[in-house]
Amino acid sequence: MSLIEVGETQAASGGLQSTDDADLAVARPLRAEVWRRFRKNRLAMVGLGFIILLALVAIFAPLIAPYSPTELAGDTKEGISLDHWFGTDRIGRDMFSRIVYGARVSLRIGVAATAMSLVIGIAIGAASGFFGGFTDNLLMRFTDVLLAIPYIVLAVAIATVVGKSENSVILIIGITGWLGVARIVRASFLSLKQLEYVEAAKALGFSKTRIMFRHIMPNAMQPMIVYGTIAVGSVILTEAALSFLGVGPQDPTPAWGLMVSDGKGLMVPAPHVLFFPGAAIALTVMAFVFVGDGLRDALDPKLK
Amino acid sequence: MTSYIIRRLLLIIPTVFVALSLLFFIFFLLPGDPARLIAGGADRTIDPGVIARAKARYGLDQSLFQQFVDYWSRILHWDLGESFRNRRSVNDIFGERAVNSIRLGIWAMIIEVIVGVGVGLVSAIRRYSLSDKITTIVTAAASAIPVFVLGFVFQYLFAVQPNKWGWPEWAQLKTSTMGPDSWTLFFIPTGDQWRYLILPAVALASVGTALIARMMRGSMLEVLRADYMRTARAKGLSEGGVIVKHGLRNAMLPVVTLLGIDFGTVIGVAVLTEFTFSWPGLGSTIVAAVDQRDLPVLMGLTLVVVLVYAFINLIVDVSYAWFDPRIRLGKEGS
Repeated sequence: MSLIEVGETQAASGGLQSTDDADLAVARPLRAEVWRRFRKNRLAMVGLGFIILLALVAIFAPLIAPYSPTELAGDTKEGISLDHWFGTDRIGRDMFSRIVYGARVSLRIGVAATAMSLVIGIAIGAASGFFGGFTDNLLMRFTDVLLAIPYIVLAVAIATVVGKSENSVILIIGITGWLGVARIVRASFLSLKQLEYVEAAKALGFSKTRIMFRHIMPNAMQPMIVYGTIAVGSVILTEAALSFLGVGPQDPTPAWGLMVSDGKGLMVPAPHVLFFPGAAIALTVMAFVFVGDGLRDALDPKLK
Repeated sequence: MTSYIIRRLLLIIPTVFVALSLLFFIFFLLPGDPARLIAGGADRTIDPGVIARAKARYGLDQSLFQQFVDYWSRILHWDLGESFRNRRSVNDIFGERAVNSIRLGIWAMIIEVIVGVGVGLVSAIRRYSLSDKITTIVTAAASAIPVFVLGFVFQYLFAVQPNKWGWPEWAQLKTSTMGPDSWTLFFIPTGDQWRYLILPAVALASVGTALIARMMRGSMLEVLRADYMRTARAKGLSEGGVIVKHGLRNAMLPVVTLLGIDFGTVIGVAVLTEFTFSWPGLGSTIVAAVDQRDLPVLMGLTLVVVLVYAFINLIVDVSYAWFDPRIRLGKEGS
């Protein structure tokens, strides 16, 4: 219940500085209330259903996939059939099995890289917003520098340096994807630290670390839930792009982006090699975006 | 305002300096010895003398620090060096590729503005109508489909299939390379050129269009609720006049910002689209240069893109400051 109490304190304190702060002044609804509003959003529910399905597919991949994702299972470039639901690829591996196992790769990269960029971004944004002054200036100029470099160039260059594999993709997206997080968290901290309950905590003589982690952090986390959900989708998209450019996971890893790039020369004889992994990427990304949008509306109904 | 712009301009210098230096070291770490490449290929056995001469020619035998200093002195003289691969001047390569990128980018931007703003506007005015719902789903799909998948689907639908069905020549769109390179007034495709331009332009515009439509819808919905809209109606203005004159103008502000940022991306790093359609622009050249360890081309073109980015960011920030005095008076977020 502490969240609600804090919210009320904020609303009562009044005198907020900018429009950003107004969002924070609303009392946090109960979880049940959020869920009730989320459930009403049909697209978000479809998205959630898809993500759960995808997670199950990833977990039970060996039970679902009829063939090995890396071994030859038939003729090359076979069309769709009962034996091979999605056909076979350039060298004769079963496309359905590869896509099923690909869910593992995509979700692993999506979740791990997002988690990494959230941790880095929250740490830097919190330090920047909480301490202000020199620390803030230094950290924000550093994010300016990284923002000045075209993302894809940086990613391709780093991938070439650290090697091309699933883990290096996680590393690249993780260490380059925190810029937005840091900015949002910093803004939350800047406005939250001026509220009266923080003043009160200071007056009570609590340590800076305690105020930062126990009092401000929980209230700065709400935008991160929405951001993190949508980020998983965009990470999967970035992973696909890197795989497509040849700097992601390497063959025979069943990465969807890699499978698309494998199919690009086969447009005429076997369009299915490109179509199925492409559709898998698009549906997954859409699902995460819908759930993220739904969460945002449910957490903050007045935005709708 | 002037002092804000000057302050902001001065801030660009260290940002660009650190960004380029950082890139220098990252690129320097790229595996593979460039000297071998210059001397004639990574795999062949090459006479050590040839390698040594190549190293001396490009200053690769000097210390890292010395190379770093040389790099900056060349940049300040606007001498981007010459390609390791074919010894062409990077300035020339840049000039040629940038023009291609800009032409493609202009058309992508035109599509984004017309379709994005139009669709967003209609969606906002007819909120919750069927067309609004369809827009929501289509824009979500457009921003979720990887550009290269969309590109290949286009190729299949508009080039491979029409060819199979024997459509007339003019109706078969082209999907690879830039075509005859014939333009009127710099950017208007002439003759056969449009058949080469249209698919990459639409593919490149897809994500931006979706984002703009979404943002336009949101910002227009907010504006429609504003008091001054009610006032304008109360004054007896026609509904169309209210929406265009009072609504659109105010709702465009955040959209213009997004367009500015998008412009940098579309011109500088349309890597995926250019790669998919073999369009010889800046983005595809940069990625190819990473692959080939062609350091001068890589660093030269990246340098230009970084500068363009910085410049666009400056314009965006200045436009913010113009609209919000708190920012230019240095009270940002405090």
